[in-house]
Amino acid sequence: MSDTSTAQRERIQLSNAVVRFAGDSGDGMQLTGDRFTTQTALAGNDLATLPDFPAEIRAPAGTLAGVSSFQLHFSDQDIHTPGDAPDVLVAMNPAALHKHLSALKPGGIVIVNTDAFTERNLQKAGYEESPLEDNTLTDYQLHEVPITELTLRALEGHIERGELNKKEAERCKNMLALGLVSWMYHRPIDETEGWLEDKFAAKPAIADANVTALRAGWNYGDTTEAFAFTYEVKAAKLAPGRYRNITGNQAMAYGLVAASVRSALPLFYGSYPITPASDILHELAKLKHFGVATYQAEDEIAAMGSVIGAAFGGSLAVTASSGPGIALKTEAMGLATITELPMLVIDVQRGGPSTGLPTKTEQSDLFQVLYGRNGEAPIPVLAAASPADCFHISLEAARIALTYRTPVVVLSDGYLANSAEPWMLPDIDELPDLTTAFSFTTEPNRADGSFVPFLRDEDTLARPWALPGTPGLEHRLGGIEKEEETGHISYDPANHHAMTEMRYARLERIGAQLPPLEVEDPDGDAEVLVIGWGSTLGPIQAACHQLRQRGRKVARVHLRHLAPLHPDLEEVLGRYRTVVCPENNMGQLAMLLRARTLVDVKSYDRVTGQPFAATELAAVIERYGWGEQA
Amino acid sequence: MTTNERTLTKRDFTSDREVRWCPGCGDYAILATVQSLLAEVGAVPEKTVFISGIGCSSRFPYYMDTYGFHSIHGRAPTLATGLAITRPDLDIWIVTGDGDGLSIGGNHLMHTLRRNVNVNILLFNNEIYGLTKGQYSPTSPLGSTHKSTPMGSLDRPINPVSLALGVEATFVGRSIDTDRKHLTEVLKGAYEHRGSSFVEIYQNCNIFNDGAFAALKDPDKKDLNQIRLQAGEPITFGPDGERAVVAESDGSMSIVPTEEAGDRVVVHDPARDEPTTAFALSRLALNPTGPTPIGIFRDVDRPVYDDQLRAQVDAAKQQRGEGELTALLDSGNVWDVL
Repeated sequence: MSDTSTAQRERIQLSNAVVRFAGDSGDGMQLTGDRFTTQTALAGNDLATLPDFPAEIRAPAGTLAGVSSFQLHFSDQDIHTPGDAPDVLVAMNPAALHKHLSALKPGGIVIVNTDAFTERNLQKAGYEESPLEDNTLTDYQLHEVPITELTLRALEGHIERGELNKKEAERCKNMLALGLVSWMYHRPIDETEGWLEDKFAAKPAIADANVTALRAGWNYGDTTEAFAFTYEVKAAKLAPGRYRNITGNQAMAYGLVAASVRSALPLFYGSYPITPASDILHELAKLKHFGVATYQAEDEIAAMGSVIGAAFGGSLAVTASSGPGIALKTEAMGLATITELPMLVIDVQRGGPSTGLPTKTEQSDLFQVLYGRNGEAPIPVLAAASPADCFHISLEAARIALTYRTPVVVLSDGYLANSAEPWMLPDIDELPDLTTAFSFTTEPNRADGSFVPFLRDEDTLARPWALPGTPGLEHRLGGIEKEEETGHISYDPANHHAMTEMRYARLERIGAQLPPLEVEDPDGDAEVLVIGWGSTLGPIQAACHQLRQRGRKVARVHLRHLAPLHPDLEEVLGRYRTVVCPENNMGQLAMLLRARTLVDVKSYDRVTGQPFAATELAAVIERYGWGEQA
Repeated sequence: MTTNERTLTKRDFTSDREVRWCPGCGDYAILATVQSLLAEVGAVPEKTVFISGIGCSSRFPYYMDTYGFHSIHGRAPTLATGLAITRPDLDIWIVTGDGDGLSIGGNHLMHTLRRNVNVNILLFNNEIYGLTKGQYSPTSPLGSTHKSTPMGSLDRPINPVSLALGVEATFVGRSIDTDRKHLTEVLKGAYEHRGSSFVEIYQNCNIFNDGAFAALKDPDKKDLNQIRLQAGEPITFGPDGERAVVAESDGSMSIVPTEEAGDRVVVHDPARDEPTTAFALSRLALNPTGPTPIGIFRDVDRPVYDDQLRAQVDAAKQQRGEGELTALLDSGNVWDVL
């Protein structure tokens, strides 16, 4: 669809915009957001998304509990977060308005579906009076649009022809809303039209109805005079290359496949469905033609056990879960540690404890993966910092696991898992070559012609990876403490102490070869350092950017390796007058840093299930760095 | 099932580790039988893997000169499944006990059997927790008095063979630790069966539960109580076959004097696809204190989980060609920035 007809409207140039779609769980808000994201990516903007949905698949319609939302921030600049406050809120019902209005920027645009503002829906949303009729919305630019009615009218012909019933027609209302917002921001909709035709290829009437509704939304914006302005956000100046949008879970799955290709090891993925990790399983199950074996186990423990078995057999073995599932895997992770087999355990964190907040993000499993095992059981822990980084962290985790023969934990979280960002496709040949990280042992390793399974490489302390099927190397592994070199059962006190020290020494070896920490300090004279890990990267980057614009000298460092820590960490932290550590937990990394470095790290903690806002962090850093009044 | 060109003996399957079970434990007899059997059937030591959980029986892998994995409590089938999926060239044996396999690991046992993963599961049933020094187990008879149940156990025991048949295990057998010939025969069947094989072995714990299987083992009782199942044969037992197993009209089975049985005597058919008859047989003895069937209850061919999983991978490669990483990343909506 051409957008020439909007020429008579005033077109306002913006550097960036934040749009939030909110509606009932059944209103298709995630899909609407996904489509708007794709259209925006194709328009060349930098972008970041924040899907937010309830744990209930279909909470009672119209209630606050059932509200699902999708926020998109797009810009002509490099951006790091899905935006603090939306410029535009599309509210498909009163509950969506009630839940999200407070987030909207003062003076922001509200588009409401007036057809959903019935007495019953108002009641369910906790409104005593209609917010469209009192002064609730006086400070905003309100657009009352009968979205359901417009959709039904656009699809009159379809209904008359019996191609779909009224209920099915109503379901197209999200496409009408998408069409309208697309018109407002000059986003071409032809890609979505093609997508709808593909998605509903088996049901051409449904495809046609959705396309019709989408166009009707566009035309509504174009022909009514309700909208005086349209907005344009020009393409961002991204580094040259080929891009795609990618979510964290998708990037993780692709990263695992890449690690399999680059190590020439078959990928075995054993897991049990759990939010928000299941999409990794879904992605990998589609990629069997890469030789990927996916196994949906009977429970979390079985998934972990299957991964140990597959690692013993010589596969690149991986499992993923979220906090509750990792808790169940704990004992088997100890077995993986003591048997020194390479494998990856991915923890896509969510709010806890117990079932907690299944669909909300949190960083509160750091201590669980660092320390949540019986005995002294050190495991390397890495954390992805952005959706696209999930790809690269998979390869780094595989490198460490294969080189040092150890399980490795990779931390992601609900925010990274479901959020999307543009990603410049890497050159495959530039990815780490993992075939040099290991070799299978095929020959005896002692002068007398015998084989012992715990004779170590002097540099890496890795023990031999001798696969079942190799003649002459028959050996037994197990969870009982082993004698050094021979691997025989040993209850000898000195041996147990030595083996425990060795398991820690291996972590030190991993740390020793890490490159120096990369500190971002544009002027090189900052006195305040912000340190973070995981998905807080975006908000911290954006907050530092805001502070620097105000003249504050602030430096920033982000940890991808949490165990072992970089050897130069203490020296880096010691350089700054103040060190601030924001986390979506109750100060876990801050406690670790204080213990390890004796630096008086200032902790900022919030666990609301939502990522930090950039302005929120900027205020916190300002306060810690320069005092309240600065 | 692997085959060996070399001629091996029991010694080739015997590791250099000192066996540390209690003197007189039934595990010794089972170990010796398994070691001899593997030599006899031509198994390949390096292609053989023994995986165990926790418990007395789970020390088994250390004594086998094959690959082995002594894992954690109840979880041996999970490791075995991951290995079986990724390594079709191996013979995988799981050694477990009544506590390991039926209590803490009951879930995994059930799912491994229903999937029909290509593994051989040996469940050493001694009706007691040995390694933790004598608490009642899921197979201990109701009312058992042990350390943790001074006034008698309250939970009804599991019949392991009934459980396996209930989840449609494709090979289900039962034997006795010290009956070397019979045990060899049943284990041979398990070894040759493709898919999950489940064998319950009555194993005497002479320290904490001595004589639990006396009804089937004592020279003066065993002939009266062993119901030896033979494929294609009418099920009769006792001196001169004086007692017979007959089918009742309600689907259950009972024991009657052979002379009264007439044509109601059940003819054993382990290849019957429907597990109901085998299940009814397994219900003849809830605990092995009286007449108890031993032998191969069921032996049927069904698709094997790990074979099918690999077939899906192969089919995907056939249909879509071998995966190409650049093409994967460069898929969907991509755009170029110049």
